Amino acid sequence: MLNKNKSLSFQLDVSDFLPADESEKQSIDIMRESVSFWKDGFRRLARNKLAMISLFTIIVVMIFAFIVPSFYPYSYEQQIRGSENLYLMEYSGEELARIEAGEKVFPHILGTDNLGRDTAIRIMMGSRISLLVGIIASAIILIIGSLYGAIAGYFGGKVDLYMMRLVDIIYTVPDILVIILLSVTLKYPLRSLADTVPGFGWISTVGVGLISIFIVFSLLYWVGMARIVRGQILTLKEQEFVTAARALGASHSRIIKNHLLTNCVGTLIVTTTLQIPSSIFTESFLSFLGLGVNAPMPSLGSLAAQAVGGMNSYPHRLLAPAIAISIIILSFNLLGDGLRDAFDPRLKN
Amino acid sequence: MGKIIEEKKKNRQPREGALVEVQNLKQYFPVNDGLFKTKYVKAVDDVSFYIERGETLGLVGESGCGKTTTGRSLLRLYEPTGGKIFYDGIDITNADMMPYRRKMQIVFQDPYASLNPRMTIGDIVGEPLDIHKLAHSKKERSERIIEMLDRVGLNSEHANRYPHEFSGGQRQRVGIARALAVDPEFIVCDEPVSALDVSIQAQIVNMFEELQQEMGLTYLFIAHDLSVVKHISNRIGVMYLGKLVELADSYELTFHSLHPYTKSLISAIPIPDPKMSRQNKRIALGGDVPSPLDPPSGCRFRTRCPYADELCAAQEPEFREVSSGHFAACHHLDKIN
Repeated sequence: MLNKNKSLSFQLDVSDFLPADESEKQSIDIMRESVSFWKDGFRRLARNKLAMISLFTIIVVMIFAFIVPSFYPYSYEQQIRGSENLYLMEYSGEELARIEAGEKVFPHILGTDNLGRDTAIRIMMGSRISLLVGIIASAIILIIGSLYGAIAGYFGGKVDLYMMRLVDIIYTVPDILVIILLSVTLKYPLRSLADTVPGFGWISTVGVGLISIFIVFSLLYWVGMARIVRGQILTLKEQEFVTAARALGASHSRIIKNHLLTNCVGTLIVTTTLQIPSSIFTESFLSFLGLGVNAPMPSLGSLAAQAVGGMNSYPHRLLAPAIAISIIILSFNLLGDGLRDAFDPRLKN
Repeated sequence: MGKIIEEKKKNRQPREGALVEVQNLKQYFPVNDGLFKTKYVKAVDDVSFYIERGETLGLVGESGCGKTTTGRSLLRLYEPTGGKIFYDGIDITNADMMPYRRKMQIVFQDPYASLNPRMTIGDIVGEPLDIHKLAHSKKERSERIIEMLDRVGLNSEHANRYPHEFSGGQRQRVGIARALAVDPEFIVCDEPVSALDVSIQAQIVNMFEELQQEMGLTYLFIAHDLSVVKHISNRIGVMYLGKLVELADSYELTFHSLHPYTKSLISAIPIPDPKMSRQNKRIALGGDVPSPLDPPSGCRFRTRCPYADELCAAQEPEFREVSSGHFAACHHLDKIN
């Protein structure tokens, strides 16, 4: 203490050599900041540039799909007389006259179609439908697949055997055939349900085609998810913490919910994210074949299908939805890959 | 004649004063051999013992001899193939286990696998409270959790952390806190110190002893390390290939062991004194443990026993009381000792 002020002194400070007391010992025993599974995962995700660009793209696409249409000057079903078949940024004679008169007219950025509907807003609405289908279908797949897989894997034995054979059977069913058959056969029952039973009116607003797509997804596409989850559960259920929970008297549902599924969260996130683009793809392709959404409602697939006829004269009408589909699918795939690196412990180093 | 004896065996009454008793416990696991044949691994085959209230029974034997399986079957974590389990004089072999899950608990060997990596320490210790609805409010729950952590030498700060942030010894303490949370009477300690290094082993073993005194616990202490078991147990059972070969008071077993297998195990305990160690003659066993899929006929130890003869191959030795409280299963006890 005496020599604190004399910096040149070689005298050692005696107090530095006293044994540490309890409080000092405690201050040395510092644990690093608690890092939860989510924090750790998102930190790793944030470091992945490609995934962050994809995430940004998805957010931009979502803004265009869900927010911009509500204040866009045109609506997707509005037919503007005299503005049919316009090119990019082109105005019809009538609109030019209005501009001459000093009125402001919002340009048709991507032109109009043969019925005089603004293509830009139709693509935004189409993206909205595609994203909704992708996300809702993936959510359905997530719920059915993870529960089915978890139950099969957890109970094992005969239960597992029979449940997984059902999965195998569904796998062997030619899915396109089933989709076509179902959407054709479901159309009329669903329509009559919407018309006759009160409470089911929402079906006609959503569109019979869309509902049948969801039904098809929930019937057929959960099998991949179920297999992945079952595989994970089979290894997890042998872990000692599951035995510990059983020794404590935890119920089956508690073990599945609190111990098994929470430990597959990484896989669930990744598989669901990668399921979204494939659902979008299937929806686009069904709409392209004319099995998707109902007429005035556009979807990226049906927009492309309509544009095929005039491909030589109006290539932008085909290119725009095609590019939109590609961007959405690519970003979801890249984001899914990023999430896999961040959350799937098997690739964690 | 044989049948009557079998019947008598089956209808034995539970021993008075024993907290836990198993009679002729059998645990077979089916193994698919080829396409249609099913073989059975006889992990535990006809094991009987009892544990008195407040006592510690040690269970030793080499890897794969069925110690862990015995402990788990006892808690009905596996459904026993045969035999009976009594808890406090009540047959629980086919009973609803829910009320007994509060009384019988287990501490596991691997502190890295026995804690759910996605749950905080607080939730792990709090889970038994949730399952048995022991805490009536959030405040009571967190108080109980802190009390449990405190009891095993951790502090309340640790409650919000995840298992991967702790060392092996600390995790084992969490595992013990979880078992203690339901206020049990009986704990199966399934090799609780085998995965820890020696200095930590001592801490944990001492903690087990302190907890036993404070809470009046009864232990079934499973380990493969005789020196640890010798330290903590009142009585010790030695298992070989799914069977109990010797069971005696821990002093008796250490200094007057009867069975040739126990003798060789005891001679293998390292002695921390080079001079003594040189004098000590080790009895080395030849060969390996036979597969439990097809154990040898008669006495299971005969393939490695230096004293084995035709009788051992032909007839299975009875597990009998040689002197008061000292059981052994061997045909040639008189010849050997």
